Amino acid sequence: MGTVALDGARPRKRFLNTGFLVVLWLCLAIGVVSLIVLLVYVFVQGAPAFGPRLWRRFPSFDPAEAGARSAVFGTIYTVALTAAFAVPLGVGAAVYLEEFADRDHWWSRLIALNIQNLAGVPSIVYGILGLAFIARGPLGLGPVILTGGMILALLVLPMVIIASREAIRAVPPSIRDGAMALGATKWQTTWRQVLPAAVPGIATGIILALSRAIGEAAPLIMIGAFVYVPFMPTGLDSKFTVLPIQIFDWVARPQAGFSQLAAAASMLLLLILLGMNAIAITLRNRYRHRW
Amino acid sequence: MSTIDVTVPVAGSPAAGIVRTKHRLGERLVILSLAASAGLSIAVTVGIVASLVQPSVSFFREVRLGEFLLGTTWAPLFTPPSFGVVPIVVGSLLITGIATLVAVPLGLGAAVYLSEYADQRVRKVVKPALELLEGIPTVVYGYFAVSFVGPYVQRWWPLGDTPGVFSALAAGLVMGIMIIPTMGSLSEDALRAVPIDLRRGGYALGARRYEVATRVTVPAALSGIVAAFVLSVSRAIGETMIVFIAAGNTPNLTFNPGEAVQTMTAFIAQAGTGDLPQGSIGYKTIFAVGSLLFVMTFVMNMLSNRVVARYREVYD
Repeated sequence: MGTVALDGARPRKRFLNTGFLVVLWLCLAIGVVSLIVLLVYVFVQGAPAFGPRLWRRFPSFDPAEAGARSAVFGTIYTVALTAAFAVPLGVGAAVYLEEFADRDHWWSRLIALNIQNLAGVPSIVYGILGLAFIARGPLGLGPVILTGGMILALLVLPMVIIASREAIRAVPPSIRDGAMALGATKWQTTWRQVLPAAVPGIATGIILALSRAIGEAAPLIMIGAFVYVPFMPTGLDSKFTVLPIQIFDWVARPQAGFSQLAAAASMLLLLILLGMNAIAITLRNRYRHRW
Repeated sequence: MSTIDVTVPVAGSPAAGIVRTKHRLGERLVILSLAASAGLSIAVTVGIVASLVQPSVSFFREVRLGEFLLGTTWAPLFTPPSFGVVPIVVGSLLITGIATLVAVPLGLGAAVYLSEYADQRVRKVVKPALELLEGIPTVVYGYFAVSFVGPYVQRWWPLGDTPGVFSALAAGLVMGIMIIPTMGSLSEDALRAVPIDLRRGGYALGARRYEVATRVTVPAALSGIVAAFVLSVSRAIGETMIVFIAAGNTPNLTFNPGEAVQTMTAFIAQAGTGDLPQGSIGYKTIFAVGSLLFVMTFVMNMLSNRVVARYREVYD
């Protein structure tokens, strides 16, 4: 009864309580609705131009003829290279930091802090690094697929390391103690017990990192990736383009046909990302250990 | 691991010792290569700094630091060139400001709702969905800004001259939408880290839900929320494709959100597409602006790390 009396005595508070909830609810709703509008808009605009021609035809100056074959394959090759660099290096660094390094040593702390900071460096700055050191400068590889894969690998490396560290840390110490008690060396313990147990978490982190790499355009623009590539990538030293750059090029063109193509290619990119995320979530849910 | 005592390998013996002697050397190599991959991150940082510093130093031999930081005309690729960086810094801050005005209240409100009010089931659907949306490529946001939001801004602009399709407002609004998930997700983590006992204490004193949320939970999580804010701002300043596509690429010293502007990142991208000859003053300008951008985001990230570190001490 007491609360009822209180409510009656303070209608202002009750109003504030409800009002606050309504405001919060609106915040969430506005955020979610804007993102839904974005997705729906892209899909509605892109649907008429979406189809196999996107990955069958090469870019063209005629929007009715144009496709994104070189960009689709450029994306696949670049991301494969990114994975080839970033996965061993990232997982290796995470294993070292979690299993072998003395965590309180200044060097380990410096590395951990440094990785945190690298994760916050804008992607275009990685592009500058790529321009100065890889595309031109000491390595001088030029604007080729290898350069693109390397620079995207450096970009996502912090993400891979952070996610892998978390996955490795989640493996309980009892597993390590058990293996060591049976006479395994530290490395045998890590390689045969800890890493297999951490694989689902690591794989999820890798997929999320690669989906970030797939969407990046800015660093590749900096190293001079081309916007018009009417041929398939032939090797590591081949000139290339990727889907985000192709989209950027189409957005910048005035004809309506290209704007529609940009939306269709965005759709394709979003579907690829959605697929990758679905795989990541499934992996996380299906293989997550309950210790 | 540094022990070198080794079981003497006996030919044909099934003892693990045989394998182990071989492993010890191999194991050292493996650990060494793991350490090297961890050290690579330091090399990347050194590489970034080195790639920025050397051309910047040579840039500042030709352009005085004062002229760069205080000059109000940005036309580095014109003749005669002018290297006043203020217009593109203001452009970055203007768009970041708009994005922050959109993302901070919406993200924080959504976070408070999710952590203090929402059903577990709602949370379990909305939170991963938000994180999924964090992964939308920024070119897609850029396309949305220029073809959907830009025309609306043009149509509904309330004061003075009608803006063009490219405007700071269109880019800023869309960038705000882009960072809502970052702001929301990080603030929600901070809010959920506040011990439930604090809330119970509030309720025991007769506080209502909104009072507990605004006077107990949010103040208790404030440092985490500030860190989320700083990280969101840093992401907005470093974002390239949205502003490159939708803000108009016009170095323009203005605080009017209806006008086209250029940001630091958009300038870098524009100069990067131009294929400037190495060693030219225009090429060096990329690195001077890049250094400024790097320093700004670096300071903000350090700040956010600091705030988080302090906040962790409170409740562990």
